[in-house]
Amino acid sequence: MSKHFLSVEGLQKVYPAADGKVNPPVFENIHFGIEKGEFVCIIGHSGCGKTTILNVLAGLEEASSGVVIMDNKEVRGPSLDRGVVFQSHALMPWMSVLGNVAFAAKSKWPDWSKAKIDEHCTQYLEMVGLGHAIHKKPAELSGGMKQRVGIARAFAIQPKMLLLDEPFGALDALTRGTIQDELLKIVQATNQTVFMITHDVDEAILLADKVILMSNGPLAKIAEIVEITMPRTRTRAEIHHDPQFYRIRNHLVDFLVNRSKGYAGSDAALLHDARHPPVVRPGLVAEEAAPSEPSRPILKQVVNQ
Amino acid sequence: MFSKQGLKAGLLSLLILFLFIGAWSLATHQKEGPAVSAEQAEYAAMMGKASGQSGGFPAPGKVGEAFVTYLSDPFYDKGPNDKGIGIQLAHSLARVGIGFLLAVIVAIPLGFAIGMSPLLFQALNPFIQILKPISPLAWMPLALYSLKDSEISGIFVIFICSLWPMLINTAFGVAAVRKDWINVARTLEVTPLRKAFLVILPAAAPTILTGMRISMGIAWLVIVAAEMLVGGTGIGYFVWNEWNNLALPNVIFAVAMIGLVGMFLDQLFGSLQKFVTYRE
Repeated sequence: MSKHFLSVEGLQKVYPAADGKVNPPVFENIHFGIEKGEFVCIIGHSGCGKTTILNVLAGLEEASSGVVIMDNKEVRGPSLDRGVVFQSHALMPWMSVLGNVAFAAKSKWPDWSKAKIDEHCTQYLEMVGLGHAIHKKPAELSGGMKQRVGIARAFAIQPKMLLLDEPFGALDALTRGTIQDELLKIVQATNQTVFMITHDVDEAILLADKVILMSNGPLAKIAEIVEITMPRTRTRAEIHHDPQFYRIRNHLVDFLVNRSKGYAGSDAALLHDARHPPVVRPGLVAEEAAPSEPSRPILKQVVNQ
Repeated sequence: MFSKQGLKAGLLSLLILFLFIGAWSLATHQKEGPAVSAEQAEYAAMMGKASGQSGGFPAPGKVGEAFVTYLSDPFYDKGPNDKGIGIQLAHSLARVGIGFLLAVIVAIPLGFAIGMSPLLFQALNPFIQILKPISPLAWMPLALYSLKDSEISGIFVIFICSLWPMLINTAFGVAAVRKDWINVARTLEVTPLRKAFLVILPAAAPTILTGMRISMGIAWLVIVAAEMLVGGTGIGYFVWNEWNNLALPNVIFAVAMIGLVGMFLDQLFGSLQKFVTYRE
């Protein structure tokens, strides 16, 4: 299993109940791998433990059992190897935009001179289109710009892996689209490995190489892993012209709306092997096969690794 | 630049001031008293109520004279019981300054520790809750006995009264730093010292400054009472001394000075507070 760049093995999280009893685990038996340069999105309803998984990967939270191995090292505690973009941007309001990014860079390279740090950080801020605002305070920026600073801060430490916790959740659709485009460009240029939580199916299809679908919690599992088989050079303007787009989109929406709830007792769950969750490629299913039988044909598409 | 409302408010303030002074001078106006016999006049003089010069509550004019006399030469020193108001205020301010500074040195690091550690917070909380409501002046006998020096005792009283608001606010401010910012520092593997000075301190600074502002207010209230007890120098002693001289205009003048200096100190901390406050 550890042939992956990052592998998650047998992850489980139990939160203690208020009255001292033992709650059922939020999720259990979570196995998946991420390759270097891969962009992975995780989708699931609230309460399935997505954020907990991300926090475990970040080292901010400890799993009840299971391990995370990145680059042949076990993840224990937070590290500069993994940059995190927080949902609430988490910029320090008393520092300027540049100061926020420089704080991160200075943590990574304590020996660098101030000039070198500033130059390095300015370059990353220009990359997210904020070259003009580096001396502003976060309070003077719009929500979208703040989140860009958060992204620049995470990229500036050049982490081996980037973790994004629903970074665009609080933004309006228009801003979200622009930043998605920028993120797509940067990720393609830097070949950054990314793990991202999202609620937005279109966002996942646009950005991801594969999408992890979580069934509902408690006892959430990875129901399946959907490979986005469209070519990597996607743009938001053209992606919906690709015939694969709607097949993938329908598959994901269908999962979220219908199958994630009743997953626990379904046929799919009986066939489920937690160590090798089914990998599906709905984008490649022939047009006519899909509509009649919703669940069976999809299972036929399983191509286990 | 004054806004329209600011101008109106200023005019209204002036009007209130004039009305107050007018009412005051009406109330203290010396009526032509009924003709007094020689015996009555002598009795009055013996009782310290010689009519004409110092009878009754002083009129605004008298107090005005005191203002002019003391403010025209604030730094004279004619022996222990006759010093200029500037020197007296400087003594008080020095005591407050030293006591307050000592309190800062103790309260901020200790507050940091309490704010960071829930264990320490729970362990120390009962002591803080018991010690906090004690009037600082109640410590005076113990301080005088154990420190054996009135000057140091005064400073100690200031120290002890400044300590609590600062300690509690620092602990609260540090404990309430947004989890996100702490998590950012954690994922960046920031060293504890850098985290303390670059993340927690600026994040908690507005709360800490609020505590300092409250402390300074209390210290300035307490110093007057402490100096009345300890004696020697300072604005509190000045008030007491002038009361013993029955020089009420001087007392009123001193009271006004206490108010002005207190306001100045409060505004000083107000602007410091504004300086560290951040907008989110």
